[in-house]
Amino acid sequence: MIHPLIDSGGWISFDWSSLGQNFWSITFDGLTFGAIYALVALGYTLVYGVLNLINFAHSEVFISGAYACVFTLSALGFGPSPLEMPVIELIGCLVASCIAAMAASAVVAFLLERLAYKPLRSRNASRLAFLITAIGASFAIQYLIYLWRGATAEDSITMFIPQPVFTVFGTTVDSQQILIVVAAIVMMVCTDQFVRRTRLGRGIRAVAQDPDTATLMGVDRERIIVTTFVIGGILAGAASLFYVMKVPSGVIYNGGFILGIKAFTAAVLGGIGNIRGALVGGLLLGLIGNYGQVLLGNSQWTDVVSFVVLVLILMVRPTGLLGSDLGKVRA
Amino acid sequence: MSTEPVLGSEGTQKHLDELAQQTNKPGRFSGLNSWWEQQPRAKQWAILLPIALLVFFLPVINPPIITTEPGNDWPLACFDMARFALVALGLNVVVGQAGLLDLGYVGFFAVGSYVAALWTSPDSSYVHIPYLWTLPLAMLVTVAFGICLGIPTLRLRGDYLAIVTLGFGEIIRLLATIIPVMRGQQGFKEVGHPPGPSDHGVPLFANNHGTPWYMLTVVIIVIVMILLGNIERSRVGRAWIAIREDEDAAEIMGVPTFKFKIWAFGTGAAIGGLSGALFAGQVGFVNNQKFDVVTSVLFLCAVILGGSGNKLGVIIGGALVSYIPLRFTSIAEYKYLIFGVALVLLMIFRSQGLIGARAHLLAYARQARARTKEIASRRRTAEPTKEAAS
Repeated sequence: MIHPLIDSGGWISFDWSSLGQNFWSITFDGLTFGAIYALVALGYTLVYGVLNLINFAHSEVFISGAYACVFTLSALGFGPSPLEMPVIELIGCLVASCIAAMAASAVVAFLLERLAYKPLRSRNASRLAFLITAIGASFAIQYLIYLWRGATAEDSITMFIPQPVFTVFGTTVDSQQILIVVAAIVMMVCTDQFVRRTRLGRGIRAVAQDPDTATLMGVDRERIIVTTFVIGGILAGAASLFYVMKVPSGVIYNGGFILGIKAFTAAVLGGIGNIRGALVGGLLLGLIGNYGQVLLGNSQWTDVVSFVVLVLILMVRPTGLLGSDLGKVRA
Repeated sequence: MSTEPVLGSEGTQKHLDELAQQTNKPGRFSGLNSWWEQQPRAKQWAILLPIALLVFFLPVINPPIITTEPGNDWPLACFDMARFALVALGLNVVVGQAGLLDLGYVGFFAVGSYVAALWTSPDSSYVHIPYLWTLPLAMLVTVAFGICLGIPTLRLRGDYLAIVTLGFGEIIRLLATIIPVMRGQQGFKEVGHPPGPSDHGVPLFANNHGTPWYMLTVVIIVIVMILLGNIERSRVGRAWIAIREDEDAAEIMGVPTFKFKIWAFGTGAAIGGLSGALFAGQVGFVNNQKFDVVTSVLFLCAVILGGSGNKLGVIIGGALVSYIPLRFTSIAEYKYLIFGVALVLLMIFRSQGLIGARAHLLAYARQARARTKEIASRRRTAEPTKEAAS
C-alpha cells in the first residue's frame, strides 16, 4: 500500500485517486468486514437490551471463539497453506470448527455472566460497578490468554483459496466474501426471528421492556439473562470463524479489543438494543472504515475512522439509525 | 442555590440527624477516624509532619524489606509510585467525585507527554521552551482535549462515556503511530528536564536520578491536593457529589449537571496531562509504546483499589499499583491478570476500596461537622452537650 503520509511530513493527507480506482473492491471488502462486525454487535445489543449494560468483555468472548476455531482447524490438519480436499469434506471441517468456536464463546459468555455479573446483580450494585467489573473481566480474560499463548499471534490458517464467483462493476466477487456476508445475514435473520417469534424471545423482549413486570408475569429473569449471554456468545463464535477466515494473522490475545469497540460502534450506529440495527450498523461501519482506510492511506486509520463515527452519532443521533429499544420490537 | 443547612426547621434536623449517624457509621477505620477528628489541630500537625517528612525523603531513606532493590532502582520506583499517585488523584476527580467512568485516561496522559516532547525535544521542529513551562502548557492542551471529548459525550448516559473514552485512549495512541509529526515508534529523544546544578556534567534531573524527580512530583501532588480540596469544598465539589449520587435528582434540584461534568472532565484531564509531562521529562524519551489501554485500566484499578472518592485512598492505591509489580518482580508478569481479577473482586466484595470515601457528604468543614454531630446528640439525649461544640 502507498503511504502518502511519510514523505509529505505533514499531518494528514488524502489519497482520492486510490479510492476512486478501487472503489468497488473496497466496497465488497468493507461489506465482508461489516458482516463480521454485525455478528459481534448483536452480542452487545442483546445484552444491552436486557441488562442495560455494555458488556466490555464481549470482545474476549469473541476472541476465545477465534482461538477455539484455530485449534480445531489445526487439529484437523489445516495450516498456512491450503489443503487439497473435496468440497464436502472442507464444508464439514468448517462446520466443525464453527461449532467449536460457538461452544467456546458460549461457555466463556456463560461463565462471565455467572461469575462476574450475577454476584453484582444479587448485591444490587451500581451501574458504575457493572461497567468496572466488565472492564476488569475483559482484562482478566485477555491476560489469561496472554499467559497461556504468549504475545505472538497464532499461526495463520488458510481454509481455502477464495475463488472468483462473478464480476460486477468490473470487480470480481470471491467465494469467501459471499460466504461470509450470506452466512452472517442468515444468522442475523435467524436471531431476529428467534427474538420475535419464540417463547424465549418473547421473554427476552419482556425483560428488556420492564424486568420487574416481566418477573411478575412469570418470566424467569435469570434464565433469560443467561440465554441472552449464550446467544451473544454463539453469534460471536460464528463471527470468530469468519474473522479467522478473513484475517488469518489476527488471532492474538488482544485481537478482540479493537474489534469489540468497532462492533459496539456498529451497534450504536444502528441503534443499540435493535437487532436489525446491528446489521445495518455493522455493514455501514465496515464500508466507512474501509473507505477511510484507503483514503487516508494506512490500515490503522480504519480504527480511528470508526471511533470518529461513534462520536459523531452520539452527537447527532444517539438513538442510532433505526432507534434503540429491544423492548419495542413487535412480534 | 444554597446547601448551607438551616438549623431551625424540624425536617432539616432530621436530615442532620441521619447525616450525623452516617458520619458515625461503624467502618473498618472508624475508631481511628473519630479519634483523629477529636484531636486538636496542633496535635494533628505534630503527627502529620513527621509522616510527611518520612514520605518526602522516602527515596533517600531506602528502607530495607520495603525497598524494591535489587530488582528495581528504589528512587526511580519511588518516582513511579508518585507518578501513579498523581494520575490516580486526577482520575479520582472524574471517577470518584463525579462518578463518570473514564477508561481512556491514558489518552490525556499521552497528550501531556507529547506536549512536553514536542516543545522540548531536539527531534521536534517546534519552538523550544524551557521544560517547566511545558507543565502548564500540557495542562492547557489536555483540558482542551478533555472538553472536546466531553461535549459530545457528557450529555449522554455514563455507559457511552466509558466506551468513547476507551476509544479515545486507543485513538491517541494510533494517531501517535500514524501521524508523521508524532514520529511513531521512533519517538522523541532528549525531552527536557527542569534546570538544576549539574554534578560532573550530569544534571540534577537526569533520567536515572529518581530522587529529585520524586520530590518534585510529591510537591506537585501536595499542591494538587490542596487545590482539589478547595474545589471539592466549593459549589463545584458539591455538584460533583450530587451528580455521582443521583444525576437526575441533581438536575431537578437545579444543578447544571452538564456544566459540572465538563468541569470534572477538564480538571481530571489537566492532572492527567501534568503527570504525563512529568513522566516524559523523567524518562526523557516519548514514543507511542507506553500509552496502551491496559495502562488506563491500571490507573482505574489504582482509584478503585484505594477507594474512589477518597484522595488519600487513591494516592495509596496508585502507589500500590505501581509498587506491587516493582517489588515482587516474580509476579510482575501477571500484573494485568491480577489487577483485572482484583477489579472484579473489589466490585463484588468491597466496592468502596481499601479506604472508602467518608460518608459525611455535605458537612466538609470541621466546624460544620462538629455542628451536625452536636445537633444529633442533642436530639438523642434531649439535652445540649457542650463537648462537641468546641
